Amino acid sequence: MSASVLFDAPGPKARARNRVYSVIGSLALLGLLGWAVYRLYNRGQFAGELWDIFNYAGIRQNILDALLSTLKVFALAGVLSLVFAVVLCVARLSDHKPVRWVALVFIDLFRSIPLLITIFALWVGILGDMTSMWALVLGLTIYNGCVQAEVLRAGINAVPKGQTEAAYALGLRKTQVTVSILFPQAVRSMLPTIISQLVVTLKDTSLGFMILYPELLYSARLIANNTPVGGVYPTVQTVIVFGAIYITLCLALAWLAKFIERRGRRSKAGIAPAAGAKELQEVAPSGSSDPTPAPGQGTGDVHKD
Amino acid sequence: MNVLLDNLALFREGFLGTLSLTAVSAVFAVVLGLVIAGFRVSPVPPLRIFGTLWVTVLRNTPLTLLFLVAFFVVPKVLFPGINSFVLAVCACGFYTSAFVAEAVRSGINTVPMGQAEAARAIGMTFTQTMRIVVLPQATRTVVPPLSSIFIALTKNTAIAGAFDNVDLFNIQKTLSNDGYDIAVIFIWITIGYLIITYAINGLFRLLENRLEVAR
Repeated sequence: MSASVLFDAPGPKARARNRVYSVIGSLALLGLLGWAVYRLYNRGQFAGELWDIFNYAGIRQNILDALLSTLKVFALAGVLSLVFAVVLCVARLSDHKPVRWVALVFIDLFRSIPLLITIFALWVGILGDMTSMWALVLGLTIYNGCVQAEVLRAGINAVPKGQTEAAYALGLRKTQVTVSILFPQAVRSMLPTIISQLVVTLKDTSLGFMILYPELLYSARLIANNTPVGGVYPTVQTVIVFGAIYITLCLALAWLAKFIERRGRRSKAGIAPAAGAKELQEVAPSGSSDPTPAPGQGTGDVHKD
Repeated sequence: MNVLLDNLALFREGFLGTLSLTAVSAVFAVVLGLVIAGFRVSPVPPLRIFGTLWVTVLRNTPLTLLFLVAFFVVPKVLFPGINSFVLAVCACGFYTSAFVAEAVRSGINTVPMGQAEAARAIGMTFTQTMRIVVLPQATRTVVPPLSSIFIALTKNTAIAGAFDNVDLFNIQKTLSNDGYDIAVIFIWITIGYLIITYAINGLFRLLENRLEVAR
């Protein structure tokens, strides 16, 4: 990576120095890792029996069930939040002032309330009795719907004005302009951001843990507490296994976003994803969305790593 | 109305709990995020790999999982008897540092290439280039995303409340046990959060205006 402008292509002296830094850096990191591993080892966390629990058919079934219920909530919340986002976005861009205001207040309010509070309030029964699954789905839908609505709005604002004017000039109605001109281009340009918000949705399904919905984290806790091996609870082991599952799921989705962004950049038609991203920075300068699609690091940068 | 006035002390404790957790983990996250961003653009490969790994792993882990690690694994295995506030700061700080690092890195990328090249041309080292030339200019682009990162952090501290750290979310347990109407409790708690998030928003708006002049 000598192409970086931040430092020169190293000469012999710098190479030697960098090598020294590399060795020191690696040693320090390895030392830190080694210390943690040693500490875990000392407590007997690497004993085979503790890891053997993942070979039990019952536990594997538990993990699979938990994975499926996480994915179920994610699928429901993902789809519902996108539908809700379209509704909110249309209301936000409506020609009628009251409708616009209601949407604006709703979006601003629910983006500023911690999601956990929304979910918890739904669960304890502010809107009547609700199972933990529907409280989770509804909470995720409201919050992510608001964020996705802003994303869509940024996408629509990025569509050049001439397109709308041309469509009206051809005699299309408002609905037709929105459905056949604005939305397709907005969705296309914001798809990477929409997907990275879906990653946030997936991560937030873990809040189900707090309201006792049997998703991945909750069942991790159950497994850790219910299968003591020789008096030791396998907390470390389950956390490592379930953490790996979460990271794999999220990375897979993030990879999809990156892939779509790269494809989008290749084609020349329509507006480029980057244009939409710039628009998002402008319309939501300091909104209160979750960090992942945060303006400024919005699209583009999010998937660069 | 009664809920707030009768339990003013409790609300104050919760509000201060959320505020201090947010402030301390924000400072922690910014310091750590700067270091990690520095790692990611540094000429030393192992540090670069470490920075990338740090950001990738932490951004793709649910915060709840980090809290689970912090509250059930760390005290049991690594440091017995550690205070719950420190654990909450670590969980929030580590999680947020990954986002700060990303924001700082994209800020660094927006500084015109000529600046770094000029710094190199007059013989500055990597550290000097970063400290004197690049980072001061990157600050301007980093401030707006930083504000939304902090607002998200404020909201995320609610999760700490669910893990028995005293904060605004945590006090709803005590209050609902006392038999107050749950809807009213949540309205007041929400207002508490709104005060903090809007304060952060306003502060950063000021900061942005201040920095705008320099260009």
